[in-house]
Amino acid sequence: MSILVNNATRLLVQGITGREGEFHSRAMLEYGTPIVAGMTPGKGGQSALDGRVPVYDTVAEAVEQTGANASCIFVPAPAAPDAMLEAAEAGIPLIFCITEGIPALDMLAVYHVLRAKGARLIGPNCPGATSVSEAKVGIIPGEIHRRGPVGLVSRSGTLTYEVVQAMTDAGLGQTTCVGIGGDPIVGSNFIDMLSMFNEDPETEAIVMIGEIGGDEEERAAAYCAREVRKPMAAFVAGRTAPPGRRMGHAGAIISGGAGTAESKRLALEAAGIRVADSPSQIPGLLRAAGVR
Amino acid sequence: MKLQEYRSKEILARHGVALLDGIVASTPAEARAAAERIGSPVVVKAQVLVGGRGKAGGVKLAATPAEAEARAAEIIGLVIKGVTVRTLLVVPAAEIAKEYYLGLILDRAAKAVTVIASADGGVEIEETAKTNPGAILRLPLHPLIGLREHNVRRVAFFLGLDPEQRRAFGPIMRGLYAAFMASDADLAEINPLVTTPGGELLALDAKIVLDDSALPRHPELEAMRDLAEEEPSEIAAREAGINFIKLDGNIGCMVNGAGLAMTTMDLVKLAGGEPANFLDIGGGAKADRVSTAFAIILDDPRVQAILVNIFGGITRGDEVARGIVEARASLQRTVPMVVRIVGTNSVEAADILRQANLITADSLDDAAAKAVAAALAEGGAA
Repeated sequence: MSILVNNATRLLVQGITGREGEFHSRAMLEYGTPIVAGMTPGKGGQSALDGRVPVYDTVAEAVEQTGANASCIFVPAPAAPDAMLEAAEAGIPLIFCITEGIPALDMLAVYHVLRAKGARLIGPNCPGATSVSEAKVGIIPGEIHRRGPVGLVSRSGTLTYEVVQAMTDAGLGQTTCVGIGGDPIVGSNFIDMLSMFNEDPETEAIVMIGEIGGDEEERAAAYCAREVRKPMAAFVAGRTAPPGRRMGHAGAIISGGAGTAESKRLALEAAGIRVADSPSQIPGLLRAAGVR
Repeated sequence: MKLQEYRSKEILARHGVALLDGIVASTPAEARAAAERIGSPVVVKAQVLVGGRGKAGGVKLAATPAEAEARAAEIIGLVIKGVTVRTLLVVPAAEIAKEYYLGLILDRAAKAVTVIASADGGVEIEETAKTNPGAILRLPLHPLIGLREHNVRRVAFFLGLDPEQRRAFGPIMRGLYAAFMASDADLAEINPLVTTPGGELLALDAKIVLDDSALPRHPELEAMRDLAEEEPSEIAAREAGINFIKLDGNIGCMVNGAGLAMTTMDLVKLAGGEPANFLDIGGGAKADRVSTAFAIILDDPRVQAILVNIFGGITRGDEVARGIVEARASLQRTVPMVVRIVGTNSVEAADILRQANLITADSLDDAAAKAVAAALAEGGAA
């Protein structure tokens, strides 16, 4: 078992003929992810990835023809909100949006419409999710993983890879690794993913990678104290970040003394979660918690 | 992006928010002329984006045009939290009966544009939130239908406005909301909103912070950017599509991804060093962008070593390695560089780096330690 994506995933890629879309679709296919369709308006009837994937003009057509049940979006920021709405409109229940730089007010409407439709959104501005040896959706490099008992959820992209690599190097494998995105408005939060990991029988331990800004980590800590009985380890990026400055991610800003790495660390520790000083310490903390 | 007070007021006035028309001045003579035109006691206000300008002596009352000129001479050139005052706003002095706070923020937890209001105005709202949270109203607006009249009434009654003030409050609340939505703001606040002894409602100070992701569709707002108040290196970085924030240390950092960039800074600190900057070269970094990133980092003479940390994904490691080698060859000044490239095409990347005799590292902890050691050695040699 795993969460979000697996062997039964039938993936549609929106923006499959673009540079990034094509590059990463190829990597997803090589990993074994079942990509059943691509979508680029005006390129319907063509095929992508050396003839292996049919391309459609609309998501509705792609769903009708291929039974796609998940979508991964690589289209540029100005078109991405509409791409998410189109996917939800066509009945796709799970949508990953990799695109960064989407205006927050656009996301506000998208968030609520998708929720009303019952579609789960991961991202935007996220690296996607990989269920190890099953399916990879997004841009997380496939070779950093090893199959095992640890679920990982993160707000970052490359920092996620760093932690996964450290775990794999230490012989600690993963069930699913998911990046929820660094924007102020994202479709799924830590608690959504933590509750899925909590329910997943194969996930025996959970790693959470947070960063400065907002209070998602604090809320997640309170949830974990109440609901999660699996061993956990965490890392929070941004201890040296100055207040009032947006550290790349639109969400990563310390404002009015709130959202500091220290307040997050304290909240996590109060919930009984071990917090690392460096990503390299995560495997040791998991081992100390009895994870094999 | 933060807008100056006079820019924020310009936007609010356009959306029908009641405020006292001010005049922008950049010399004492201009301040005097402004006061003459206004024809009453004025307040001379430093236009800086940092907080606490009142306490720093950047806001002063002047009874006459001559006094306005004198106060302006004192304020221009004043350094407030590292920022030199260049621009002033001269506004009519208002008599204040009571001060309120009125703001709109994008609340990420509520996933809604949210009204924040308090009858304790004139102070930092964060301070009120700590000392007297009951005095603050947080009202999330419906994300699809926005501000409605019942919302406006709720805020007005919460603030305890009398019937006449409630009538005047409508256009202010609606104007603030319209300005927020039209400019894709993260925050729009009036602090203080005041009532005068005559019962008038006026916005005395305003602040708008824009969503950087939406700036590409607002060229008219992008044009309001105050370049004088930004680090030249930060301006150059933005133009190159690089996320860069200057800090005070001596170890330059070049990283892909914001979370990993913050972590790299944290580990430099943990290894006993001080990061000189936050720098995220973003996804798919090309050789020319890497080259610009180096130039920006080395523009700071305090930088004595550079730590490059690239974890491949969207970014291809061999492209970055080639970019680093090429860029280093063309630099005016070089410092020791510790380079770590992992992930997509990292084998090719390592070959390229080794051939160019750069310091490589196996792990991030190792890279941070080597960069700190290299900076120490460089500092000792200099």
